[in-house]
Amino acid sequence: MTKVTKKLTCIECPKGCRLAVDVDNGKVVKVAGNECPKGEKYAISEIENPARILTSAVLSQGLALKMIPVRTDNPIPKSRIFEAMAEIKKIRVKKSLKTSDIIVENFMGLGVDLIATRKAK
Amino acid sequence: MIKKDLVIVGGGPGGMAASVSAYESGIKDILLLERDQYLGGILNQCVHTGFGLEHFKEVLTGPEYAERFIARLQDMPGIDVSLKSLAVKLTRDKTVTFLKPGVLQTVKAGAIIMATGCREKTREMVHIPGTRPSGVFSAGLAQKLINIEGLLPGKEVVVVGSGDIGLIMARRFTLEGAKVKAVIEIQDKPSGLLRNIAQCVEDFNIPMYFRHKISRIHGRDRVEKVSVVKVGDDLNEIPGSLFEIKCDTVLMSVGLIQENELIDASGIQIQGNNTDVPGIFVCGNALKIYDIVDWVTKDSFAAGKLAAEYIK
Ligand code: SF4
Repeated sequence: MTKVTKKLTCIECPKGCRLAVDVDNGKVVKVAGNECPKGEKYAISEIENPARILTSAVLSQGLALKMIPVRTDNPIPKSRIFEAMAEIKKIRVKKSLKTSDIIVENFMGLGVDLIATRKAK
Repeated sequence: MIKKDLVIVGGGPGGMAASVSAYESGIKDILLLERDQYLGGILNQCVHTGFGLEHFKEVLTGPEYAERFIARLQDMPGIDVSLKSLAVKLTRDKTVTFLKPGVLQTVKAGAIIMATGCREKTREMVHIPGTRPSGVFSAGLAQKLINIEGLLPGKEVVVVGSGDIGLIMARRFTLEGAKVKAVIEIQDKPSGLLRNIAQCVEDFNIPMYFRHKISRIHGRDRVEKVSVVKVGDDLNEIPGSLFEIKCDTVLMSVGLIQENELIDASGIQIQGNNTDVPGIFVCGNALKIYDIVDWVTKDSFAAGKLAAEYIK
């Protein structure tokens, strides 16, 4: 692979800056169009290691709230997202939770925790 | 009739922020009316991230954003939160009548803040011809079904319009295993945020059609397919451009409108950030449709302050 320019949209804030990213052999060598440093960080991650915070909801059993909203506390590789959804579907929450309580530690061995984003009794 | 210094109608982000702000400005006798069994309003079903960057300087999901305010309200003993309380009438002499399970109550207020939010436009408001099968949902209703009720309302989905909720739901359906076959937008650019085009549509290679519209919905009992046509810059159909997409679900994401029935029925006029009745205020999405909840919060903090100044 040689040098190419890729167009991305930064997703780190609602502005959605259009980024022009020069990529050489899979490595980012230059980022333009970002209005703040987060855009550069995003571009590097998006090209070299694309990742997203995954949000979803898991089923509860015996709690007043039927669906407990959850997220990974840090981004996980994009390529693992559907696998992660399959794992999330297997989970049943049976105990009361507070917001930010860990539902699965070291989720799928990815070094992130799956946490509750709402309290549930 | 009960009496309160301040009555706030709506316990979503607007009403919660207005309550906190009025309390911090010295008003300690507040009634906050929420029709649902939880505070938080629409935030509770917005399980995705993207909230709070401005107000809290961190990225939160909807329920987390709501939780921060719910926790603050719990530490404010002068705020009486009344759940399952549906406001049914507002009058110019500053009374609010509300229905709670089993009781109809009227409260006389020193000031009132209406934070009743907004609702989605429906298929009827954009006039799509065709049959009336089941399977046509507003994007927000589908969001509630999936995230609150745990039901997946369709397997093959076409999204009409590119509002943020529609884009978010295109991703949500995809994650849940449904196939999102198209997002169809009549304008030449998205109405939702560019970041949502990137992370909800492009991430999952969902086809996006600008300058297209649905010309017909087909199906007897359930949606079976939609007809799609290309339109010109004048928004008129381009002859010969029709094609069909097989689907069982059509999601409408064609915009939001203020939910101001109580204000309208009372004859009160909204004027700028206020109304023509001194002491009755409107804030959040009920005043103006905001793209971002942080702006609703900001607007509602201002309204809470104004109401507190008026009461004093
Ligand atoms: S580069 Fe900065 S300002 Fe632009 S979208 Fe990204 S975070 Fe926002």
